[in-house]
Amino acid sequence: MTAVIPLHYFLIVSTLMFFIGIYGFLTRKNLITILMSVELILNSVNINFVAFNRYLFPGELQGHFFTLFIIAVAAAEAAVAIAIIISVYRRFTNIDVERVDTMKH
Amino acid sequence: MDFLTWFVIVPSLTVIGIVFTKNMKQTRLAAALGMSVQLILAICLVFMYLAERRAGNTAEMLFMHTHSWFSSFNITYSIGVDGISVAMIMLTAVIVFTGIFASWMVDFLSREFFISLILLSTGVFGFFISIDLFTMFLFYEVAVIPMYLLIGIWGSGPKEYSAMKLTIMLMGGSALLLVGLLGIYFNSNAGGGALTFNILDISKVNIPIEAQRFFFPMTFIGFGILGALFPFHTWSPDGHASAPTAVSMLHAGVLMKLGGYGAFRVAMFLMPEAAHEMAWIFLLLTGFSVVYGAFGAIFQKDLKYINAYSSVSHCGLVLFAILMMNKTALNGAVIQMVSHGLMTALFFALIGMIYGRTHTRMINEMGGLMKVIPFLGVCYVIAGLASLGLPGLSGFVAEMTIFVGAFQHADSFHRILTIAAASSIVITAVYILRVVGILLLGPVKNDHFLTFTDAKWYEKVSTGVLIATIAGIGLAPLWLSDMINDSLNPVIIQLSQVILP
Amino acid sequence: MDFSFTVWIPLLPLILFVFLGLTSGSIRPKISGYIGTAGMTITTLMSYFVAYQYFFNRPAGSETFEKIIAFNTVWLNLTEKLQINLGVLLDPISVMMLVVITTVSLMVHIYSIGYMNGEKGYSRFFSFLSLFSFSMLGLVVATNIFQMYICWELVGVSSYLLISFYYERPTAVAAGKKAFIVTRFADLGFLIGILLLSFVSGTFDFVSLTDPQGALITQGSSLTFMGLSVMTWALVLIFMGGAGKSAMFPLHIWLPDAMEGPTPVSALIHAATMVVAGVYLVARLFPLYVFAAPDALTIVGYVGGITSLFAAVIACTQNDIKRVLAFSTMSQIGYMMLALGVSGYGDHHGLGFMASMFHLFTHAMFKALLFLAAGAIIHAVHSNFMTEMGGLRKYLPITHITFLIACLTIAGIPPFSGFFSKDEILTAAWEHDKFLFFIEYAVAGLTAFYMFRLYFNVFWGKDRHYHHTPHESPLVMTGPLMFLAAASMFTGFIPFSSLVTSDSKPFESHIEWMIAIPSILIGVIGILVAMWFYKKENGISEKMAGGLKHLYKWSYNKFYMDEVYLFVTKKIIFNNISRPAAWFDRHVVDGTMNGIASVTNRTSSGIKGFQSGQLQKYGFVFVSGVIILVFTFIYIWFN
Repeated sequence: MTAVIPLHYFLIVSTLMFFIGIYGFLTRKNLITILMSVELILNSVNINFVAFNRYLFPGELQGHFFTLFIIAVAAAEAAVAIAIIISVYRRFTNIDVERVDTMKH
Repeated sequence: MDFLTWFVIVPSLTVIGIVFTKNMKQTRLAAALGMSVQLILAICLVFMYLAERRAGNTAEMLFMHTHSWFSSFNITYSIGVDGISVAMIMLTAVIVFTGIFASWMVDFLSREFFISLILLSTGVFGFFISIDLFTMFLFYEVAVIPMYLLIGIWGSGPKEYSAMKLTIMLMGGSALLLVGLLGIYFNSNAGGGALTFNILDISKVNIPIEAQRFFFPMTFIGFGILGALFPFHTWSPDGHASAPTAVSMLHAGVLMKLGGYGAFRVAMFLMPEAAHEMAWIFLLLTGFSVVYGAFGAIFQKDLKYINAYSSVSHCGLVLFAILMMNKTALNGAVIQMVSHGLMTALFFALIGMIYGRTHTRMINEMGGLMKVIPFLGVCYVIAGLASLGLPGLSGFVAEMTIFVGAFQHADSFHRILTIAAASSIVITAVYILRVVGILLLGPVKNDHFLTFTDAKWYEKVSTGVLIATIAGIGLAPLWLSDMINDSLNPVIIQLSQVILP
Repeated sequence: MDFSFTVWIPLLPLILFVFLGLTSGSIRPKISGYIGTAGMTITTLMSYFVAYQYFFNRPAGSETFEKIIAFNTVWLNLTEKLQINLGVLLDPISVMMLVVITTVSLMVHIYSIGYMNGEKGYSRFFSFLSLFSFSMLGLVVATNIFQMYICWELVGVSSYLLISFYYERPTAVAAGKKAFIVTRFADLGFLIGILLLSFVSGTFDFVSLTDPQGALITQGSSLTFMGLSVMTWALVLIFMGGAGKSAMFPLHIWLPDAMEGPTPVSALIHAATMVVAGVYLVARLFPLYVFAAPDALTIVGYVGGITSLFAAVIACTQNDIKRVLAFSTMSQIGYMMLALGVSGYGDHHGLGFMASMFHLFTHAMFKALLFLAAGAIIHAVHSNFMTEMGGLRKYLPITHITFLIACLTIAGIPPFSGFFSKDEILTAAWEHDKFLFFIEYAVAGLTAFYMFRLYFNVFWGKDRHYHHTPHESPLVMTGPLMFLAAASMFTGFIPFSSLVTSDSKPFESHIEWMIAIPSILIGVIGILVAMWFYKKENGISEKMAGGLKHLYKWSYNKFYMDEVYLFVTKKIIFNNISRPAAWFDRHVVDGTMNGIASVTNRTSSGIKGFQSGQLQKYGFVFVSGVIILVFTFIYIWFN
């Protein structure tokens, strides 16, 4: 058996992805980019799930199932979000979060 | 159902009745009907009370009734009346009754108007019959809130500002008051019993003096704000100026009395030691406000402002007399509350009626009204004379009782203050005669005034009842004064334990 | 003798007031005039009956006139000791005042039926007259000082209402306001005096207050304030009230203006009855003044003396006939005050007291006559100014004769009543205080001069151009004139010293010719000078006025007292107290409240940026919070 990639390699990648996602989520003004950042966060979690499942409980499959669920939900969510974004764009010709503030007033 | 609870039930039923009325005519009819019943009840109460006293019932409070309400904190719905509350209930009933007639022609959202008005009166009646601090506070809040709506919706001028100012200042007072009341509550077990909100029970306990020093000013100021204690009186000119007629009547006539009554019944009665210690501060403040309010009134141009400042002066006298802490002065304070309530209500009613015709309240835009509306003019003169303390009208009785009582004080500081306060009778004469001279006498200033019609029947009912009551008290004050006098004994006993040793 | 019916003497006018006030406008004005007059007639008859019973039908064997409490009822309980009663106290001075008031009031009622004929507010006028009569009668029969104060305020307000009777005339309104406020200011002194007195004595009751053997007088009070005893303070303050009502210097400024009221009102209120209330007040408390506070009594005497001279000087230069009479009233009341000030207590020492009451009585008659006659003149020529009158004796014969009688009476010419009462005052002054005595001599001369100046100017001299020929008034007006003229002529023969005295014991008095003859001479000189100046228009008076230019100017302008008052009230009190008070309230007190509100507002708008509603900002705060927490916990765990 070839040398196993240690668990923390996966964790580093997922942590990096998570914080890149957080960073993007907090700083980007464009709704699409924010959505992409959210996807990054979700996928970093997915990596964690799969990695932990494989290393800690090799006989089980819950981690994989969870990941599949998240992918499915994320896909649905992306569909809904993009639909909203498109409507917002049609209404305001613009998808900048700070400019779409009519509901605040 | 015990008798006193009807004072809360009748207005509540009236409110429910008004909800089902269809138009303005029905609404005001229902309101008038309900308040007439209330007035009759109040008159019955006076007679029942006097009969009971004559039969030899010397209990501190009569017609007592207690119903546990929130037992884990020992909050009860306790009611009962003594001579002072009977006088105040009578006053409230008269003013609400006349207030309904004074707002006979309110046509904007009249149903909501009368609902708020009567709801307010419910709170006031409840306040006067309660002898449980918490219930009292509850009714107090019930009385304050509708005021905001009444001024904010049916007012005139900068009504939102005034309503906001008034409500926030009174709420500030309530906040202080609530702390004070809770302070009393948590010290009410000093005698070893359970914590209680009941005034009569607390009065038998000696609240520790440290607690009194802290909570007396809170309670006194909390009530004092409502009683236009200087320098917390500024809500009153703005509030009165913007309020609709009936609300001004009720507010100056009754709501401000809640302050005096509370300061007396709660602050003084329950914490006599601190009251005795701190009286001098408040005496200076109130003595000052008596003269200051009167001086302030001289230079106003708006009729309602004049009256509001005059109220500051007269209500200052109420608190002043309460702080003198002897029987005569206290008696005078209660009579002054009744008397000021009646005459200021009359004033505001008349101002409303005059405003309804001239559409201005600025005195320099009016003149010679006596010729065109003699009935209202004569009523205004009578109100003015009552206000400046003419014998034969109620103001004189009240002021003289206060001055004589306060002057019997053994301490020369109090006597000198009394003289200073007495000088307000001259200043009052100045501003009253100034208004009467400009507003009513002299040549008719504007030809348009000649088209005015004199008082309608409902206006005559409103002013007539008030004038009759004012003259009644002024001509035969003995029964009122004696009725109050009997009820002052518990307070005097409380105070004498503090002052004499 | 049971006097309890006397309670109806004040009550009947009260009932009339209420009745006439409520029916005003619904019954014919004439009728209300007749009702008022009829009611007043009944009251007058009752008073005469009381006076007869009291003075001439007293129980056999009693030397003195007892004080009788005919009626007393509790009105208000103040403290255990102090209570306000309403009642009727009969003693020589109150019975005498009953006669004076009802007589003058009845005459004025009758006269007004003619004088006010056709005026607007005719029934209102009569109801106010009834109110005044009620309050004044209640004042004199008061059993205690508080009842007196109550009625004192009521006469004040009826005076206000009657002065401003022509309420569409701005000057009348201003005059009424001035009268009320000035007297109200004086009443403040009265009230404080009452408070002090009741504090020291524990009673309001006149009988116990003025009892010469009572505790208050025999023991006095040890309390002092600023070096003077409390009794002196109290009595000086009470006198201040009296001085305000009686228009004593320097509280007199309202009286000349009060002439804006209808003339019958001036006759009743501002000449005969209300303005002597101050004298009556001092007389009522006289034992207190004499025994407990002689200093206060000296003040009373000097204020009276100064006022009488001051007013007489002013009266010499006024042109409005009612104002001349007003100043003359002030001067004569000054006489009465002076007489009280120079009086002692008990038989002959009490001469001044008796003289004061005597003069009050005669003055009421002749001054009411003067005013009513002046009313008849004004009625005839429609002017108040004597410069627009002259030669009226042809047109108004009855008025002329009665006016002449009144002038002779006030000038102190025997055998008219003024001579007798004035002579007693001079005698009392001579025995007590020479300085005041000589002032009074001077005033006697001035009085004769200004009255005859008025007389000659109006009835003699050149005929003026009148709008229509002046004609004599109807009988309903001349009748009262004739009655009062008869009273002025003969009341001097009433033996006052055996009826109204300081200690209610009769004593003998006789005319001191050594004092009387010079005073008659001074009076005659005054008359002759006036005749020389004014009987024909010969320019002498103008020359004299030119010679005494400054004095004339000051006198004509009433020594600028009105201006002084205006300065004090308008410039000092209004501008420096009242206006700042109003400003202070709006800007400082209310400003503080609004300031607190705006600080709250600004603070909240400062921090409301945190609640931007942007998820990203919230997220940022959230994440940074989490990170900080994580690091903190890590730090804690590893330490």
